[in-house]
Amino acid sequence: MIPPSFEYHRPSTVEEAVGLLSSLGSEAKILAGGHSLLPMMKLRFAMPEHLVDINRISELSGVSVVGDNITIGAMTTENAVIADPILNEKVPLLPEAAKLIADPQVRNRGTIGGDIAHGDPANDHPALALACDAVMTVVGPAGARQIPASEFFLGTYWTALNDDDILTAITVKAFPDGAGYSYRKLKRKTGDWATAACAVVVALSGGKVSHIRITLTNLGPTAIRAHDAEAVLSGQAVTDELIKHAAEKAMAICDPAEDLRGDVEYKTAMAGQMVQRAIAEALSRAN
Amino acid sequence: MNAPVKTPEERQAELQGMGDSRLRKEDARFIQGKGQYCDDIKLPGMLHMDIVRSPIAHGRIKNIKKDDALAIPGVHAVLTADDLKPLNLHWMPTLAGDVAAVLADEKVHFQMQEVAIVIADDRYIAADGVEAVEVEYEELPVVMDPYAALEADAPVLREDLAGKNEGAHGPREHHNHIFTWEAGDKSAADDVFASAPVTVSQHMLYPRVHPCPLETCGCVASFDPIKGELTTWMTSQAPHVVRTVVSMLSGVPESKVRIISPDIGGGFGNKVGVYPGYVCAIVSSIVLGKPVKWSEDRIENISSTAFARDYHMDGHLAATEDGKILGLKVDVVADHGAFDACADPTKFPAGLFHICSGSYDISAAHCSVKGVYTNKAPGGVAYRCSFRVTEAVYLIERMVDVLAQKLDIDKAEIRRKNLIRKDQFPYTSPFGFEYDSGDYHTALEKVLDAVDYKALRAEQQEKRNDPNSPTLMGIGLVTFTEVVGAGPTKMCDILGVGMFDSCEIRIHPTGSAIARMGTITQGQGHQTTYAQIIASELGIPSEVIQIEEGDTSTAPYGLGTYGSRSTPVAGAAIAMAARKIHAKAKKIAAHLLEVSESDLDWEIDRFKVRGNEDQFKTMADIAFAAYQQPPEGLEPGLEAVHYYDPPNFTYPFGIYLCVVDIDKGTGESSIRRFYALDDCGTRINPMIIDGQIHGGLTEGFAVAMGQQMPFDEQGNLLGNTLMDYFLPTAVETPAWETDYTVTPSPHHPIGAKGVAESPHVGSIPTFTSAVVDAFAHLGVSHIDMPHTSYRIWKKLKEEGVQL
Repeated sequence: MIPPSFEYHRPSTVEEAVGLLSSLGSEAKILAGGHSLLPMMKLRFAMPEHLVDINRISELSGVSVVGDNITIGAMTTENAVIADPILNEKVPLLPEAAKLIADPQVRNRGTIGGDIAHGDPANDHPALALACDAVMTVVGPAGARQIPASEFFLGTYWTALNDDDILTAITVKAFPDGAGYSYRKLKRKTGDWATAACAVVVALSGGKVSHIRITLTNLGPTAIRAHDAEAVLSGQAVTDELIKHAAEKAMAICDPAEDLRGDVEYKTAMAGQMVQRAIAEALSRAN
Repeated sequence: MNAPVKTPEERQAELQGMGDSRLRKEDARFIQGKGQYCDDIKLPGMLHMDIVRSPIAHGRIKNIKKDDALAIPGVHAVLTADDLKPLNLHWMPTLAGDVAAVLADEKVHFQMQEVAIVIADDRYIAADGVEAVEVEYEELPVVMDPYAALEADAPVLREDLAGKNEGAHGPREHHNHIFTWEAGDKSAADDVFASAPVTVSQHMLYPRVHPCPLETCGCVASFDPIKGELTTWMTSQAPHVVRTVVSMLSGVPESKVRIISPDIGGGFGNKVGVYPGYVCAIVSSIVLGKPVKWSEDRIENISSTAFARDYHMDGHLAATEDGKILGLKVDVVADHGAFDACADPTKFPAGLFHICSGSYDISAAHCSVKGVYTNKAPGGVAYRCSFRVTEAVYLIERMVDVLAQKLDIDKAEIRRKNLIRKDQFPYTSPFGFEYDSGDYHTALEKVLDAVDYKALRAEQQEKRNDPNSPTLMGIGLVTFTEVVGAGPTKMCDILGVGMFDSCEIRIHPTGSAIARMGTITQGQGHQTTYAQIIASELGIPSEVIQIEEGDTSTAPYGLGTYGSRSTPVAGAAIAMAARKIHAKAKKIAAHLLEVSESDLDWEIDRFKVRGNEDQFKTMADIAFAAYQQPPEGLEPGLEAVHYYDPPNFTYPFGIYLCVVDIDKGTGESSIRRFYALDDCGTRINPMIIDGQIHGGLTEGFAVAMGQQMPFDEQGNLLGNTLMDYFLPTAVETPAWETDYTVTPSPHHPIGAKGVAESPHVGSIPTFTSAVVDAFAHLGVSHIDMPHTSYRIWKKLKEEGVQL
């Protein structure tokens, strides 16, 4: 449980951090909340020669609103997400789901950006980002660029980030008026990753579904958006039968890895349960 | 003006004696982070040890290359079995009459076995050194299943035992066989089964689990080469026994070995034995002449230190058609891992498993336990239970449920029919235990009334009748008896030392006191409760009584704290030592009051002259006099020592009821209600008892619902971190309801029986009883633990009732 030696860097601006990453190359790792990286280092699964600690870059934290856009700094902690009044009012899915991440100690340090940039399909924010149509702001040596969530997650521990990029912000739009939402997460115990989890955002117009997102956590190599399941409900007055049908469509695209949480059959079945329960809860909140 | 005279009630309350829920003396330091644990010990010039461990479960060591590690600046030494051989310390005796490798000698027998140690300036360099030691292995076939281990052509695991056909507990029938131990009367049991109208059988696995105390194991060994003295701070539940073992192993006279158990962050049986890490740190300190610290991490603790359970059990009951139990037979295959390192009294290789006739009046019974070697870590300790009592209680409680189901008798009714009646105590069990006292029927009815058992059954029936119910409902009921307080020295010893315990009390001139004990608290609250016993016995307020434990240089010899033995054995020693003081105090009081002893009455905190209420001497008065003007013929001072050899075990019991709701979609179970009635005899501190019960129930919940240690066929332990190993937090833990009856032990000086382990022993079968009950209408009579959502979902699917 002791990592090998490494060099520690603590830049105070994004430019300085990107400069360090460019010069240090692939042997450098960004230290955000550290709750994925440090355990891997303690087990010597990850042995970076340099850690670039971005916790002191104040511009990376906090939530701001510009027009329709709500921008969340990548270093905003989970507990800050939970407490943020703007998010609670405009994108309440995020604070609600963040409460289900790990435990209070982890949420004090863990950040939304770290959760996303790690590319772990077991993390919760990737599926939440897909459900919120989030856009990632990424800064590299050539400057800033925008990457939609739908193009960000490429594989397990693999994202659209280059070695010398920093994810600086996540931008989402406020939910449509009267939208309902839910995040249902089945886990073995507090602190565990999801056995299966599902985020749903739904808006109704005249009793029919006018907007729907159904996304899944830890049910494939990346977070998944269940397009076929959404299509089952889109434009429909939802019935229990349709919810079941949507769940079946979602289950069909699941490709979970067997582990101590369960085998593929169980995890896929649990995906169906979480999808049904999340849709039902989201609908109950929509008006 | 005179101070107002206090009423007897006020004086009684001021003592905070037995029965008072005084706050824990220990908490002030713990909640402020001021505890002093082993890892807090820092000595000048202290070096650090880390351990090279085997990545495989079975293999031959071909080569160990130390050079790269030794080349790291700050690394002082790398030691292997070959280095310990000249000292004859590469193997060590276990508490169970076997030997265990200190560092792997030619072979590794389980994953994470200790292979080499690295001593370095700090913990970081030591870890780098471990990484740099290269060990070459030749892999050997792995045996994980104890039944497979006994097959004729199974690989030989313990080559060091070749030709040894006689083990510590009788003949060895096979190269992987350790012992076969039997109790009861086989032919009487066979006769009953041959003619019984009804018999039931059930195979069940009590899975391998780990006690997983919050503080892992570790030590700081400090050998003073000038004085020839060895001082070791150690995470030990039994420091005196460790001192004896260390002296025997190291050759340092016992008078020059000092073992100190500082604050201990939970033990639960995990800290009873002597681990290779301790031995290596001690050897390193002796060799290098410097203090050496070893602190294991969580993965090491779960992977390599003592496990619990791993009993593969076949139970059989014989009964009449109306449910009167006639006979019990049990056959167990016990997976002891690579070395037999169970911590049991010497004569009992299966501990007190023969308590397995439980709370029931059964005339004929027999049990047989076969110990087997496999490629798993050694251990087999009493995880928050008396020795193997958890396994025994699980077996009998499951079997009674199985029988009830077969006969279609309610599980409360079959218990009413078979529980030992109050008028049968003292009751001799078919295995020869003499149960001291009990009133099971009264307690059972109290619980059934408290939860409105009939209404629960009616609700369950409604749910069973409704195919659209999203949940299954199960009701678990257990009526258990524990056997604790090991134990009478005529039966119980550890390495030949009888399992007495001890107390030394000194009353200071001003009326305060110190008591030193042979036990060691690890969360039990001894500093609080022991003082209460003295307070009640001697009339000295608890607040001015200091309790010291854990330092072998100051405490009287004791066997330590495990198996709920502290109150039954050491608690009795306290009362007996206090009574010696009381007797002397009475002589002094008589002298001071110029009356004869027979004219004195004891009241709360003073001796009074009978018939003359105003003439009295308080214990404080007497204490001062004891140092100032003792009566002629009486030596000065006021102190006593007592070594208590209990005449019998004590037999706490309890009635537990659990209501579980199972989600038919996910297999998640929700403990709606858990009602625990415990009878631990005399209650010393009700608040601490409640805390003990809450803790024991929570650990029982953990075992029943998720603590199995998962291995693959290659012997890899798949869940050795707290991500996978289930330690419930406040979020998962159900709300507990506690209740009690009081049936004092007739042979214990204060009537106390011990309580900390009952809730663990009793709750585990209650959870299983509840989960199985949820499926009972489908014909399911047993489901093995752990009852994880995943496993329950598979059962739902198998029975075709999942949503």
